[in-house]
Amino acid sequence: MDLSLKPEHKAFADEVRAFARENLSPATREKTFSGKHYDRDDHMVWQKALGKKGWLAYTWPKKYGGPGWDVTQRFLFENVLAEEGAPRILPFGPKMVGPVIYTFGTEAQKERFLPGIRSSEVSWCQGYSEPGAGSDLANLRTRAVREGDHYIVNGQKTWTSFAHWGDWIFCLVRTNMDAKPQEGISFLLIDMKTPGVTVRPIIMTDGAHHVNDVFLDNVKVPVENLIGKENEGWTCAKFLLANERLGIAEVPSSKRGVSVLRKIARIEPQDGGTLADDPAFTAQIADIDLQVQALEMSELRVLSTMAQGGAPGPEVSTLKVRGSEIQQRIAELTMEAVGEYAQPYQPGMLFHDTNETPIGPDHAPPAAPRYFNMRKTSIYGGSTEIQKNIVSKMVLGL
Amino acid sequence: MDLAFTPEEQKFADEVRAFVRANLPADVRDKVKNGKHLIRDDYMRWQQALGKKGWLVYTWPKKHGGPGFTPAQRYIFENICAEEYAPGIIPFGTKMVGPVIYTFGTEAQKEKYLPAIRESTVWWCQGYSEPGSGSDLASLRTKAEKDGDHYIVNGSKTWNTMGHWADWIFCLVRTDSKAKPQEGISFLLIDMKTPGITVKPIIMADGGHEVNEVFFDNVKVPVENLVGKENEGWTCAKFLLANERLGIAAVPQSKRGVEALKDIARAEQDDGKPLIENQSFAEKIADLEIQVTALEFTELRVLSQMAHGGQPGPEVSGLKIRGSEIQQRITELTMEAVGEYAAPYLPGLLWQGTNEAPVGPEYAHLAAPRYFNTRKTTIYGGSNEIQKGIISKMVLGL
Amino acid sequence: MDLSLSDEQKQLQEAAERFVRDKYAFDARRKIAATERGWLPENWAQFAELGWLGMAFSEEDGGYGGGPIETMIVMEQFGKGLVLEPFLPTVVLGGGMIARAGSAAQKEALLAPMIEGKKQFAFAWLERQSRYNLADVSLKATKEGTGWSLSGHKGVVYNAASADEIIVLARTGGSAREPKGLTLFVVDAKAKGLSRRDYPTQDALRASELTFDKVSVGADAVLGKVDEAFPVVEEAVDRAIVALCAEATGCMDAINAGTLEYIKTRKQFGVPIGKFQVLQHRMVDCFTNAQEARSMTLMASLKIDDKDPTVRAKAASGAKVQIGKSGKFCGQSAVQMHGGMGVTDEMAVSHYFKRLTMIDLMFGNQQHHLTRYSNLAMAA
Repeated sequence: MDLSLKPEHKAFADEVRAFARENLSPATREKTFSGKHYDRDDHMVWQKALGKKGWLAYTWPKKYGGPGWDVTQRFLFENVLAEEGAPRILPFGPKMVGPVIYTFGTEAQKERFLPGIRSSEVSWCQGYSEPGAGSDLANLRTRAVREGDHYIVNGQKTWTSFAHWGDWIFCLVRTNMDAKPQEGISFLLIDMKTPGVTVRPIIMTDGAHHVNDVFLDNVKVPVENLIGKENEGWTCAKFLLANERLGIAEVPSSKRGVSVLRKIARIEPQDGGTLADDPAFTAQIADIDLQVQALEMSELRVLSTMAQGGAPGPEVSTLKVRGSEIQQRIAELTMEAVGEYAQPYQPGMLFHDTNETPIGPDHAPPAAPRYFNMRKTSIYGGSTEIQKNIVSKMVLGL
Repeated sequence: MDLAFTPEEQKFADEVRAFVRANLPADVRDKVKNGKHLIRDDYMRWQQALGKKGWLVYTWPKKHGGPGFTPAQRYIFENICAEEYAPGIIPFGTKMVGPVIYTFGTEAQKEKYLPAIRESTVWWCQGYSEPGSGSDLASLRTKAEKDGDHYIVNGSKTWNTMGHWADWIFCLVRTDSKAKPQEGISFLLIDMKTPGITVKPIIMADGGHEVNEVFFDNVKVPVENLVGKENEGWTCAKFLLANERLGIAAVPQSKRGVEALKDIARAEQDDGKPLIENQSFAEKIADLEIQVTALEFTELRVLSQMAHGGQPGPEVSGLKIRGSEIQQRITELTMEAVGEYAAPYLPGLLWQGTNEAPVGPEYAHLAAPRYFNTRKTTIYGGSNEIQKGIISKMVLGL
Repeated sequence: MDLSLSDEQKQLQEAAERFVRDKYAFDARRKIAATERGWLPENWAQFAELGWLGMAFSEEDGGYGGGPIETMIVMEQFGKGLVLEPFLPTVVLGGGMIARAGSAAQKEALLAPMIEGKKQFAFAWLERQSRYNLADVSLKATKEGTGWSLSGHKGVVYNAASADEIIVLARTGGSAREPKGLTLFVVDAKAKGLSRRDYPTQDALRASELTFDKVSVGADAVLGKVDEAFPVVEEAVDRAIVALCAEATGCMDAINAGTLEYIKTRKQFGVPIGKFQVLQHRMVDCFTNAQEARSMTLMASLKIDDKDPTVRAKAASGAKVQIGKSGKFCGQSAVQMHGGMGVTDEMAVSHYFKRLTMIDLMFGNQQHHLTRYSNLAMAA
């Protein structure tokens, strides 16, 4: 056991930092630290730079074009990027559909889809949830009926993040109505430009547009877009979920969140000094800081098991549960730090690069919206209740 | 709406205070004040004094020999008794079996049992839980089989509080094994001196003996000791539970507990100053005090509804939940206030009242045992999980 | 001691319930929020007609002789409907301070028309550095002939855009953050030198940043005594806090009712999700939290008229702590139990959640009031 870094790892961290400083636009970086919303370009310009360097698909093995890093390198990469204010890598291509394709796809599919994901030339989105299938995902009803060498897809997906930016969507669809819920599902890739695909925005409580309904109306999808075998899509879905849960704890960004929170506390005035002089408030920051550290060590323990060749087990669900609670708490404390000036609603400052001056300090406009918005983290990617059920069943045997 | 006492209420309050000061034995008061354990005789002396005055069964209606207090008088009586360090009235006779007898019993039963309860000449205990029937009380298996004009009782009861001091026990027993669980239960009164009854102590985490197992081995009980109809004991049980839940919040005791905690925080030193000047500790006490106030006003709202002819509904379960959590929090903070000196374990002082000098301040050695012991409050009288189940079903309709 | 409502109070409660039911269906509220003012003059006229604008004032002041219980009753219903009309800044804060500190002439000129529905107020106390310290005021008022000249900045002033008069807390003496040396001024909202930046708040109310550039007012603009405003302001804010707590209990009732309905109807795994024990217990915790909030609001409403300022302050702070805690719990739980729907703009739940969140931030959050309560309680 050793927590210290070897010289080659230090050199690697320096390389990542230099790369981030050179390639990350100052405007994007500023949005990260002030908690504003990114636009499509913020993500794309950065991801393409990473892609060019061969680092976008950093979790992939070498043989599929990943950099083949060890767990320490991955850890350093994620942390340095978070410290430097890089937007998170949108997971739909590199962390979700990519690994599904290289694990379950045909050679032809790998050749066709993986390069676009690695380079971020193609944007992906996820078609999982439906109005009647949220926590109970296997209840999904979007149908794909085989007709010659195509499937005809009909139904509706919801909570689709960034569908309005997506070139492709990967969907779970029902291909057998008679089988048990989990057994009649297939994993299908659909070009968003196909006729019959309609995207409708869902506006969130902070006024933001991140998620959408996606309607599929007699959409013709070639059979070669099926990943894995027909009716065995649930296997892909489970694989993807387990993969997703690890990164979803968002430890590096929470570490950054804590340090930003401390900065804000040092700026916010109180009784002639600053909020950082208030022991009741700093104790709350200390408490969340310790929670982040505990979560980080738990994640490192999982990574270390993986480095020894183990697979992440269902206990990673606890990382997701705690990770989301921590993100929410940081947003909550940040809003409390801002105090009364969290009340003005300033959509201009949130979504557009207006030249308006903010009401209150620069960090005030996103504080409350971010708190509202972060409530989603304990709901998406399998709600906290679902994760606890997984732990209860798979880990504790209850 | 008015919070102030009327002149009559004020006069009543003065009367109660004068009575307590004149009749509460000084040594008993001293034990309560210092958080020491009471013995049977301590309770009896105080309860018999109350009985003589006609106030022991202060919740009973006039026609059964109660004083017919208004809700405001009840509130005043309970609070002043607590403020003056009177021991809590043992509920098994006065608040549990008494009301069951005057509600469901025959005239002969009322005449036989009620006077001794009112005067506290007979000590009652409760035979409900069994080793296999805790939260799921209706699964109880202690059997009563009719044999002429007697029942023959076989089985065992557990978590029987103060049974080693009791003259009588009221029991739920199974009289029909074929009916649905709730429908084959009867409510039976049993003299503890009957042959075949054995009491075995259960020693608690703090080393104390307050609960027991009670074994019934062919115990002969006359049929006239059956309260209500055979196989309809569950009705009595439910009535008793609803009755019990109101007082179980123990608000006056908790108010006294918070004041005692403040005294300890004034006596304990922290960084050269009284602990109460430590902002973060003081805020913990303040938070607790606010919780007690909230609970008190919830209880007052219920009492006020009752004064206008309403009945306490299942929402009083909420009082038990919060009341028990608050009792626990008081003991937890008291232990925190004592700090390292909570560690010495002095059973002699705790249980036998020896003249041994305490290690550290007088209150210190009691702090941890009380904390351990009070964990029971969220378990007994229907655990908090069960109470939530009741509210969920009866109030929320889930 | 009696905690039940009188017949008149029950009628008031029914009238307020009826108003909310008739005028504040969720879509109707959305439309009101989108109007230029952000509230409806016809509703305000109805408040005047129903006597709500004067109910809490004494008969000598032209009111109807009620008190904090009446305010509690109406604010609770306003919370259920997320009512947008500026009752709190105009009636509770503005009217309250004028009734407490105003001269006979000021009462006649300001309070009487307010009760008739013809005047509205805003209360400007907060500044960028103030956080929750009511005495942290640096906007300066200096003597100018017989009158005064005001210069400085005020922030997050609710209802400033609709108000006829702004009641401004200014420093006329003393040092920074000293309670002594503060004075209240009644300033015409259209006064020369007063400029505004208007904006909506997170919960669809309206507020403004105000800049005072040598705004001249007469000696008669002083409300109460020069340099002695602090106790008046502290009491008015405590009363506003109790009113806010009542509004919050209404919000909690509504958000809990909506969530309960949702978990009874939303099906997953073939059953309503309310059949899962983990949601049942969470729903019970919401219910218990709302009960505690209601109890503390009632306590504070009953004690806010106490002559002892410590009793009053403890009551307000104690209730605010509870409302902060319960509001957060009910709001966050409602969103969680609604799942994704809980974070969308289209569901009522997110709007109640936002209002509860903002109520916690107004006039001191949970932590601030816990500290205040603690200092008062431990000193005793």
